[in-house]
Amino acid sequence: MDIAFLLNGETVELTGVSATTTVLDWLREERGLTGTKEGCNEGDCGACTVMVTDHSGTKPINGCILFLPQINGKSLTTVEGLAAPDGTMHPVQQAMVEHHGSQCGFCTPGFVVSMAAGQITGETDHDRQLAGNLCRCTGYAPIVRAAVNAARQPVPAWLRDRPAGPPMGAYVNDFQPTTIAALAELRRAHPDATIVAGATDVGLWVNKDHRPLGNVIFITQIEELRRIEVAPYMIRIGAAASIEALRLATARRYPSLAAMLDRFASAQVRAAATVGGNIANGSPIGDTPPPLIALGAMLQLRNGEDMREIPLEDFFIEYGKQDIGPGEFVEAVVIPRDQESDRLKVYKLSKRFDQDISAVLGAFNIEIKDEKVISARIAFGGMAGTPQRARAVERALVGRPWTEATVRTAKWSFAEDFRPMSDMRASAAYRLETAANMLDRYWREDQGEAVDVREVTS
Amino acid sequence: MSMGKPLPHDSAPLHVTGAARYIDDIPVPADCLHLAFGLSHEARGVITAMNLDAVRSAPGVMRVLTAADLPGVNDISTAAHDEPLLAAGDVHYHGQPIFLVLATSHRAAREAAAKADITIEAKPALLSIDDALAARSYFEGGPLTWRRGEVAPAMAKAETIVDGRIEIGGQEHFYLEGQVSLAMPQDNGDMVLHTSTQHPTEIQHKVAEALATPFHAVRVETRRMGGGFGGKESQGNALAIACAIGAHLTGKPCKMRYDRDDDMVITGKRHDFRIAYKAGVDAKGKLVAVEFDQYVRCGWSMDLSLPVCDRAMLHADNAYWIPNIRITSHRLKTNTCSATAFRGFGGPQGMVGIERVLDHIAHRLKMDPLELRQANFYKKSRPQETPYGQPVKGFILPEMVKSLAESADYKGRKQAIARWNEKSTVLKKGIALTPVKFGISFTLTHLNQAGALVNLYADGSVTINHGGTEMGQGLNQKVAQVAAAGFGIGMEQVRITATDTGKVPNTSATAASSGSDLNGMAVKNAVDEIRDRIARFLATEAGVKPRDVVFAQGRVTAGEMDMTFAEAAKHAHENRISLSATGFYATPDISWDRAIGKGHPFFYFAYGAAITEVAIDTLTGENRILRVDILHDVGQSLNPAVDVGQIEGGYVQGAGWLTTEELVWDEKGVLRTHAPSTYKIPACSDRPDVFNVALWNGENHVPTIYRSKAVGEPPLMLGISALMALSDAVGACGDGYPHLNAPATAERVYMAAKRVQGAR
Repeated sequence: MDIAFLLNGETVELTGVSATTTVLDWLREERGLTGTKEGCNEGDCGACTVMVTDHSGTKPINGCILFLPQINGKSLTTVEGLAAPDGTMHPVQQAMVEHHGSQCGFCTPGFVVSMAAGQITGETDHDRQLAGNLCRCTGYAPIVRAAVNAARQPVPAWLRDRPAGPPMGAYVNDFQPTTIAALAELRRAHPDATIVAGATDVGLWVNKDHRPLGNVIFITQIEELRRIEVAPYMIRIGAAASIEALRLATARRYPSLAAMLDRFASAQVRAAATVGGNIANGSPIGDTPPPLIALGAMLQLRNGEDMREIPLEDFFIEYGKQDIGPGEFVEAVVIPRDQESDRLKVYKLSKRFDQDISAVLGAFNIEIKDEKVISARIAFGGMAGTPQRARAVERALVGRPWTEATVRTAKWSFAEDFRPMSDMRASAAYRLETAANMLDRYWREDQGEAVDVREVTS
Repeated sequence: MSMGKPLPHDSAPLHVTGAARYIDDIPVPADCLHLAFGLSHEARGVITAMNLDAVRSAPGVMRVLTAADLPGVNDISTAAHDEPLLAAGDVHYHGQPIFLVLATSHRAAREAAAKADITIEAKPALLSIDDALAARSYFEGGPLTWRRGEVAPAMAKAETIVDGRIEIGGQEHFYLEGQVSLAMPQDNGDMVLHTSTQHPTEIQHKVAEALATPFHAVRVETRRMGGGFGGKESQGNALAIACAIGAHLTGKPCKMRYDRDDDMVITGKRHDFRIAYKAGVDAKGKLVAVEFDQYVRCGWSMDLSLPVCDRAMLHADNAYWIPNIRITSHRLKTNTCSATAFRGFGGPQGMVGIERVLDHIAHRLKMDPLELRQANFYKKSRPQETPYGQPVKGFILPEMVKSLAESADYKGRKQAIARWNEKSTVLKKGIALTPVKFGISFTLTHLNQAGALVNLYADGSVTINHGGTEMGQGLNQKVAQVAAAGFGIGMEQVRITATDTGKVPNTSATAASSGSDLNGMAVKNAVDEIRDRIARFLATEAGVKPRDVVFAQGRVTAGEMDMTFAEAAKHAHENRISLSATGFYATPDISWDRAIGKGHPFFYFAYGAAITEVAIDTLTGENRILRVDILHDVGQSLNPAVDVGQIEGGYVQGAGWLTTEELVWDEKGVLRTHAPSTYKIPACSDRPDVFNVALWNGENHVPTIYRSKAVGEPPLMLGISALMALSDAVGACGDGYPHLNAPATAERVYMAAKRVQGAR
């Protein structure tokens, strides 16, 4: 593939790049820019964080799971490109020195780039901005002191004025379609090709499993596929919309969903990962399907000119098997908004609060009228081979009075719905009991009881 | 004067701009080969067939080596000669290196290594402590016991006895920079290695052994590590030796770095422990007798397990007078990765044991755990002896704990938490104060020595070199401050250089928190030597006494003479005064008889105390640290900013070990948590919301460098307060004792809370 992009403000044109060469490897091995580090090569530590800017804004992204074609037409800034041309340090760099934010220094470039990106986007929740940057030395306290300090200072002119892409724009490649129609045609012609959206999963296939991908179709450059339409009667989320875009779009309407998406993954992963990818890879522990199922979302699948729409929950047939045919791809997911009474709560349980894969993810949407349950849509991740509804629990609730007694009885039905497994994240017993306790939490929260351990202060 | 100033880390401007160079950042010649190991897929067995054709024919592969192809000794062990670089016949753990691929790129080497077809006849593997006990699989033939007093009669007379056991998980180092080495072949068969290691001298020795050359043919250089934490004390040997052998056989530079997953599977971790205890107290809650059985999963080879287990025994008392005690250590050999050094080196596990005992007793006696701890502290007035016979001198913990409890309002908050817990059903809070007394010195006495080389150039600039290595702890910054202070010059005149076995030979590992104590003193001795030579020379010229020559603020004055330091250097040089000196230091007053467990193994103790407040959710076990207050003793600080950094970072690392960091092996001995996706070190939001750290204002009672104290390891054990606070919160759910194991993951907290609720 041929690509053009800005590297620290300078135009770079590359021809014949492999679809799966990572930005990190290219920077370090081809370009000799070794400030960007490899810590884990799977997007979990943030040592490889680079800043990617396009017309939609500036994002921190993990360079180890970012393929070169993904930055075609964009602006890439590395730690070496943060200081002024005359060598004056970026305010975050200066603050990190002054506040003793580095010890061994290996994670530091990644932190500095995340912090600089946060300064540009105006993010002042440093825990949120830095959740994807691991530091083993400092305990984070001095880094956050530096971040607080740097956030007070203006974005330096040399970064603010850097264009969002090279003057010639993106190069055109056959496997980088720019319209949905073109994608549909390409997909039909190459049903065996691997679709790459944010590469936060596919990157691991390449880096860890050494899996040959064959033809690769990139899709995040398709503007119309990234769109999130918020209409009075529905929210339609394009498959290539990022998790971060979903978080921002749902913050007001579904605050519990948006709050869970904070914990879906780090800022770097949320900026790259897509809603369509999280659904289409069929993982039983993807965090978006359960809440979307609880909201009654429909999945729109496209094959050439043909479009079909199915309830999202029906997409997941069994572990590793989805209802998707050759040449077909996920185009969008649609949340109907006719139920103004949606009372969605999403509970994520993992070993660590941030940047962790769920042991259990429960999404509850229970409608109450006249103190009676009139409908319940409850869906879980991590409890079965697929994201799955808790139908027996729903049955045990609907039509009953919304009381502690009903909840206590309904909790018994979880064992009917789920036979979870034990693995390194949690035991089967713990999964089953806590899933049931999440219903308890939902009820208590409804009664105004404090139930969120993250809200407790000293 | 540079001493005691909170100056930034010397490499901070390089860190933040990405200019700090780590091994993998060093430009290499185009013909450099990249190495990867092929690993065992069984935990225990015999290799019966090995087909490496697919590996050899994979793209970019230049050579593939097995044990039979090695030119010298097939061993990477620290001392015991029980760790082959490449398995020969028997395999002892899942992930053990079996063959070595040399390829044109890192990716090509890794991809090729995955293509091997190896048949291993599996044997029953000893994976757990119970497996090893059942098979009596011990290092050194059986357990080791140290005693003081008469436990049985004392226990018989005790007013109250508790017994129980705690399981304490291991810990992955998760240095951000994985293991990495680069070997550059030289003429005459010599080898230069750039290695991310805490122990360049051991790398030198092991590479020489592998190449069958004298030590002088190998030079090892380490500028900086991207984190070590003990994980680079011995675990870099394999890569360095592999690279040196590759370079020796091919004549090309060879580089090896582990992919993160390989790093976590291959290398050793903190030892996991089971500690069974029985403790008796008198009517006032004073310990009269304690018995500990420390069961330790050491893994397949000895590595550093014996001294680690010794240190666990040496810290079984923590800060408490225990008149009658038996400590038995079971060093179990298992078919898992060989557990290794990790910040604290067994001390943390030993300390968790006694803190657990006190927590359990306090619960039984319905006493405030802090009051119980205070009642059992060593007496300061008339130094009492540790179980191993060392008098506890300079014991400042009682004052420190009192001061901390007051400044952090322990009592008031404890009461407020009790009231809060009464009103809250599903959420509960807990609080705990735990102290730290940590022995400073290597228990292997001969390691307590250090060398330095200081060069003063004729323009007044200085380079310093010493045997210590920089892994982020700020050692070089502290030592540079020592040098600048000695010459009375500014920091900008002092240049820190890479640790180099060619400059300072026969060094010890940078470990046991000893870095600045040993190397700071060695550098000071070298600086003093040069300064005294200049002083003697100028004193003669000026007609004053050498001691009246003053080095301060970049100037040197001797009677009427007054010149810049640079002028003094030039002047001395032109008068043929040597401006280069080596320095040496050996820790005084230490002795140790390991067999009987008696002696004076530590030069002194470093102290600290932490109060942690937590909240738990009893519906899920999710938990958070809300507030931490720390008072820590670094003696007279060499650099308060660096010291506070060690304390904050040590606390979070210690709390991580005991909360979210869970290592899970499956029934086949496969480590399932081999990447940061599954192994969860603390993230940014896991740090305490309120995090108050203060340094105890005092100086070391023994003559260390500027009366400072070591700070590398002790703060990690402040994290034990998080585990005890969680125990307190779980205890608030009912009447039973929580018996909380570590790491106290959400799942363990949930299950413990359920047990305690059941006991209501």
